[in-house]
Amino acid sequence: MTTLLEEQVQAKVDLPLLANIHQAVELDEYYVMGHRTCAGCGPALSYRLACKAAGPNSIFLGPTGCMYVANTSYLCVPWAVPWMHTQITDAGAVVSGISAAYEARIRKGKYKGTFPNIYVFAGDGGSSDIGIQAASAMMYRDHDAIFICYDNECYSNTGIQTSAQTPYGAWTTFTPPGPKIPEAKKLFPKDFARGMIALHPAMQYAAAASISYPVDYMNKVRKAANIHGAALVHVHAICPKGWGLRANQVLLCGKLAVETGTFHLFEYENGEYTYQYQPKAFKPVTEYLKIQDRFAHLKPEHHQKIQEFINQGLKRCGIKIPVEAV
Amino acid sequence: MAKKSALLQGNEACAHGAIYAGCTFFGGYPITPSSEIAEVMSKLLPKVGGKFIQMEDEIGAMAAIIGASLCGHKVLDATSGPGMSLKQELMGYACIAEVPCVIVNVMRGGPSTGMPTGPSQSDVMQAKWGTHGDHAAIAVAPASCQEIFSETVRAFNLAETYRMPVQILVDEIIAHMREKIVFPEPGELEVVSRRKPEVGPDQYKPFDPSFGDVPPLAAMGSDYRFHVTGLNKAPDGFPTTKAELVDAEERRQIRKVNDHAAAIEKNEEYLMDDAEVAIVAFGISSRSARMAVDILRGEGVKAGLFRPITIWPFPEKRVAEIGRQVKAIVVPEMNLGQLIHAVERSTKGSCILDGVGRVDGEPLTPDQIMDKVKEVL
Repeated sequence: MTTLLEEQVQAKVDLPLLANIHQAVELDEYYVMGHRTCAGCGPALSYRLACKAAGPNSIFLGPTGCMYVANTSYLCVPWAVPWMHTQITDAGAVVSGISAAYEARIRKGKYKGTFPNIYVFAGDGGSSDIGIQAASAMMYRDHDAIFICYDNECYSNTGIQTSAQTPYGAWTTFTPPGPKIPEAKKLFPKDFARGMIALHPAMQYAAAASISYPVDYMNKVRKAANIHGAALVHVHAICPKGWGLRANQVLLCGKLAVETGTFHLFEYENGEYTYQYQPKAFKPVTEYLKIQDRFAHLKPEHHQKIQEFINQGLKRCGIKIPVEAV
Repeated sequence: MAKKSALLQGNEACAHGAIYAGCTFFGGYPITPSSEIAEVMSKLLPKVGGKFIQMEDEIGAMAAIIGASLCGHKVLDATSGPGMSLKQELMGYACIAEVPCVIVNVMRGGPSTGMPTGPSQSDVMQAKWGTHGDHAAIAVAPASCQEIFSETVRAFNLAETYRMPVQILVDEIIAHMREKIVFPEPGELEVVSRRKPEVGPDQYKPFDPSFGDVPPLAAMGSDYRFHVTGLNKAPDGFPTTKAELVDAEERRQIRKVNDHAAAIEKNEEYLMDDAEVAIVAFGISSRSARMAVDILRGEGVKAGLFRPITIWPFPEKRVAEIGRQVKAIVVPEMNLGQLIHAVERSTKGSCILDGVGRVDGEPLTPDQIMDKVKEVL
């Protein structure tokens, strides 16, 4: 005999996967006009695509970050689905409460609708820095919710400060290059998604995606939503202001991140990793670095250090694809 | 030769003041409207051999400066309301473990996220009672960019002298306003460092009351080994539940501030000698109040301004005297009544007392203050 909750969860219709960009374009928008993000904003695009993929039976939670502040400034907000702000520390905890409350209401027969897809949409700071404790606890308790980390590799809301996801060598307002520290940021970033997978081995689904590969990203959001339990999507969301790019370079930059092996597109299901971008060879990282002003101060030895870090990452992940020589 | 001067934002002046005071460590986390303090410290500290660390959150930032201070560094952290709320557990730790440190709170609207880019003066009571448990508090509240520089230096001196956390309460307006700063020459402003142990490592106790109410603090990593804990502790630093030891330690930690209140307090008085109505205001509100006083004087109203620069401990004695001198006191503040409680506690009903508050993210105007003065007279 199934419980009422199980019936409701089963009643939830799985979001079908998209075959191509045309099907994605046909979908209704749930992140609409009424925000003041920068021209070419990667995080705004990642939000729009996530909302399109998520559909109407969705609730979004936005911990403090640029996708909270820049979206809520005109006495209106761009979400056509329920949305709430959480503190930057605790989105994972708030989503736990919402998910558990829906379960309780369904169990008691007080809610007759289908179980919603409940998303956290947190920046890299709200995911991998100050927000990591609550994010981890939500995954550990396996609440039926989706944690999306939109990773623009800095605290852009407060003026481009370094985060745990900011790459080695990047200028930020808290990591200025100078004679004492010529490479600006000296630390290498966390490997957030793989770290969370390692920390929560029972997690059913996790993925890394990029705004430059929209269908792949939207399908990963849908697969995460279709899971009954906690799921994670880490999306690379380029910030033109913070990275020193023109608006028309944003998608190119996202592609170069993937094509140089700097950012890996992957899925983790049933304990197995699969990689969605499998070229004959990765491009040298210099091609990715040279278009971004935040790396303009770097010298060839710094480029080399970053290339070595990427090579080690490919090796560590068992990706046996060579990197082209410069 | 003319002294060096610059057009600086209040936040920038704060960072330069910290370097002047000998700060060598900054632990921080970005938050509007304080981030420029960290930004400037990230540039200045490497030049003086100091260390800047961006921490994972505001709690970590406060914890890092406690650790660095215990190793002998002069330390700074800067934040705003939501960050200050997170730091409260460690504010208590710094109080009980008696760790010198300076924390800047650039006040913005609240509670919670509030108005990150709007000014406020609503953390007056948090600065005194934000952390749980009985504890003393020292907080200073500068009202100009030049004064942010000098009060930052004084905040370090107070933290080092009294071996405790000292808060600098700045509102967003002064923090982001640009004014001319004249840099004091080295030696022009007093710079104080903590008292070092006068006994050898084998005799040293980190909370030894025989050296007075502020026992000397050794540096961890030196020859001195000692125990630090958030628990109630005995003079040797180890936890205790012995009633007489806990009581003595608690009372000493309060006494070290209360008995030296006169040395910690700093006020400015403007046209107070013959005043019949006093405006008690701090920070940005005091600048509107000063203009209100000038206009009222022009209209024949004997108004004066009392500006506490040290907010905690509150200058109770002087405000009590003022309460006996004037017919009325008006307290303008960018909150709905916080400093006024301290004024009321000091004056004990000896004069008419009323407040004028503003919490819409705009500064109080001289007109608003004058209207209240005329209403109470």
